[in-house]
Amino acid sequence: MDIAFIDNVLFATVRTATPLLLVALGVMISERSGVLNLGQEGMVLVGAALAFIAAYVTGNMGWGIIAGAFAGMLVSVLFAFIALSLMANQVATGLALTIFGTGLSAFVGADYVGQSIAGLSPISIPLLSSIPFIGKAFFAQDIMVYLSFCLFGGLWWLMRATRLGLIIRSVGENPEAAHALGYPVRKIRYCAVLFGGAMAGLAGAYLSLAYTPMWSEGIAAGRGWIALALVVFASWRANRVLFGAWLFGFASILHLLLQGYGYAISPNLLAMLPYLVTIIVLVIMMQRKQGGSDAPRSLGRPFSPSR
Amino acid sequence: MLLTRLRQTLALLALVAVGNAVAEPLKVGFVYVSPVGDAGWTYMHEQGRQIVSEEFGDQIETSFVEGVAEGADSERVIRNLAKSGYDLIFTTSFGYMNPTIKAAKRFPRTTFEHATGYKMAKNVGNYMTRDHEARYLAGMVAGAMSKTDVLGFVGAFPIPEVIRGINAYMLGAQQTNPDIKMKVIWVNTWHDPAREREAAESLMLQGADVLAMHTDSPAVIQAAEANGKYATGFNSDMSAYGPKAHLTSAMQHWHNMYRAKIQAVLDGSWKPTSVWHGLAEGANDIAPIHKDVPEPIVALVEQHKAQIIAGDRSVFQGPIYNQSNTIMVSDGQQMTDAELLKFNWYVKGIEGKIPQ
Repeated sequence: MDIAFIDNVLFATVRTATPLLLVALGVMISERSGVLNLGQEGMVLVGAALAFIAAYVTGNMGWGIIAGAFAGMLVSVLFAFIALSLMANQVATGLALTIFGTGLSAFVGADYVGQSIAGLSPISIPLLSSIPFIGKAFFAQDIMVYLSFCLFGGLWWLMRATRLGLIIRSVGENPEAAHALGYPVRKIRYCAVLFGGAMAGLAGAYLSLAYTPMWSEGIAAGRGWIALALVVFASWRANRVLFGAWLFGFASILHLLLQGYGYAISPNLLAMLPYLVTIIVLVIMMQRKQGGSDAPRSLGRPFSPSR
Repeated sequence: MLLTRLRQTLALLALVAVGNAVAEPLKVGFVYVSPVGDAGWTYMHEQGRQIVSEEFGDQIETSFVEGVAEGADSERVIRNLAKSGYDLIFTTSFGYMNPTIKAAKRFPRTTFEHATGYKMAKNVGNYMTRDHEARYLAGMVAGAMSKTDVLGFVGAFPIPEVIRGINAYMLGAQQTNPDIKMKVIWVNTWHDPAREREAAESLMLQGADVLAMHTDSPAVIQAAEANGKYATGFNSDMSAYGPKAHLTSAMQHWHNMYRAKIQAVLDGSWKPTSVWHGLAEGANDIAPIHKDVPEPIVALVEQHKAQIIAGDRSVFQGPIYNQSNTIMVSDGQQMTDAELLKFNWYVKGIEGKIPQ
C-alpha cells in the first residue's frame, strides 16, 4: 500500500462525506433552535434538481450552486410556515416535505434526465496539495468541498463562541425563557430552518454538479436521512458532525475497497459497515463525555408567544 | 330533476352500448423499476413500449408505472393495474418475480409477463435478453484496450443474471487479452449514482483501467472519463456521458419480444412461455465502437458477432475453467440455458469470491 493509494482513499473519504456534512450542519442549526425538520431528503433532492437545471441552462456552475441553495431554502419556507406559523406537528410536516420534495424534484427534473454537464473540476492549491497523505484530500478538491470546510469552521465558531450561537441554543432549550428575555423566538427559528434548507440545497448541488454531474430521480439515495441520524449521534456538536461524516465516508469507501481486494464478506454485511461503525463510535463518544445526549430540550415542540 | 337523471341514465346506457359494439383495445401495462430517463435499463423497455404502441395503433392501449421499488410495494402496483382492467402486464425487473406470481393468482384472467425471472404460472410467462452475448463482445473490446491487464466491474446484486454478464465479459476479454484479470465490486443497489461512482473509483485505485457495470446509472462511465480511463456501458448507448471513455455498450432491444407477446394475446394464442432472445433475434447489440479501438479488434468483434448470430459460436462454449482451474465446460460442449439461469460461479481470471 503506497502513499498514493492512501492519498486517494482519504480523498474519496472527504468527497463522500461532503454531502452528509453539508446537510448535517444545517440540521444541527435548525435542531439547536428547537425545530425538527425531517424534510431533509426532499430539500436535498429539490436542491440537486434545481442546481443541475440552472447549471445546464446557464452553463455556469456558480449559478448552479446558488440555485441549489436557494431552491432548498425556498422549500424550507414551506415547512417553516406550516410548522412554525401554523404550528402543525413538525414530524408530520417534515415527512410530508420529503414526499413533496421527492415528487417535485422528479417533476421539474424530468426533462433533464440524461443530459450531461462538465461538472465542477477540482482546484489544487499549490504546495499544500502535495503534502503526503492529507494534501490531496484537503487541498485538491472542488470549490464546494472547500466551501463545506469554511461553513464547518464558521458554524463551529458560531455555536461555540458567539452570542448568536447562545441565543439559538436558548431558543431550542427554553423558548419561553428566551421569549421572556425579549428574543424573537419564531423569527430565530425561521432563520434557522431557512439556513438548514439552504445547506440541504447545497448538498444537493454537490451531488448533481460535482459528485456525479447529472440529474437522476432520487439521486440523494437516502443521504438526507443519514445526515439526520448523524446529528443525533453527534450530540448536535459541529466537530462531532464533521468527525461522524468522515467516519461514515471512510467506512463507505472501505467496504468497496475490501470487496476489490477479494474479501468474501457478504456485501449486505459490508453495506451495513458505514452505518454500524459511525453509530457505534459516536454512541461511545456520547456515553463517555457527558453521560447521555444533550438534545435541545424543546426539540420538535411548537412555540407560540401568546401562550 | 327526474328528467335530468333519466337523461343521464340514457346517455350512460348509450355509452355502454357503443363501448361494447366497438372492439375494445387491449390494455397493456408496464411496470418499471426506475424512472424512465434517457439511458439505462428502464429507458430501453420504454423504447420497446413506444415502438409496439405505435405499431399496434388502436388495437392496444399502453401505459406504464415507473420507479416502482422491488418487493412488497410492487405487488400492490401490479395488482392495481390488474384491478383497473389491464389485460396484459409486463413487469420488467428481476425483483418483481414473486410479486408477479402472487398477483397472477389473484387475477387469473389477466396475462402477466415477467422479465429476467425463472418462475412461470398458467397466466405468467417470462422473457429476457441474452445480454451475455453483447457483454461478451464488449468484453473483447475491453480486454484489448486494457494496459494494466485489470478490468473492473461494478455489479448490483450477486444474482445469476449479473454473474452471467460478468463471466461473459471476462470470456470476451480473454479472447483479445489472455493475461486479463478482473475485479468485481457489488454495490447492493440498482440505482445510487454516487455509490456506483465510488465503486468505480475504488476499482481504478486498485489498478483497473477499463470498467463495466451492471447497474442503472451512467456514473461509472463518468468516473472513467474523469480519470482518463475507459469504460463500457450497459443497457443503452452511454457515449454521451464519456465521449473519451466510452468504448461501447452492451444493449437490449425489447420491441420484438413485446410485439410477439402482445400479438399472441390479441390472437388468443397466448401460452405461458419462456422467451430468451439474443443477438440473432435483434434483442441485443453493441453500441458503435470507439475510434481509439484498433481496426483488427473491431473486425474480430464483428467476426465473433456474426458467428454467434449464425449459431457457429456460443459465449459459454468449452473449454471453460473456474477460478480453481477445474474444467467446468469441456471442449466441444456448451452450457445449457438451464445452467445459465443458475450461474453461480466465476470463470478463471476473475478475482474474489461470489458473496453467498
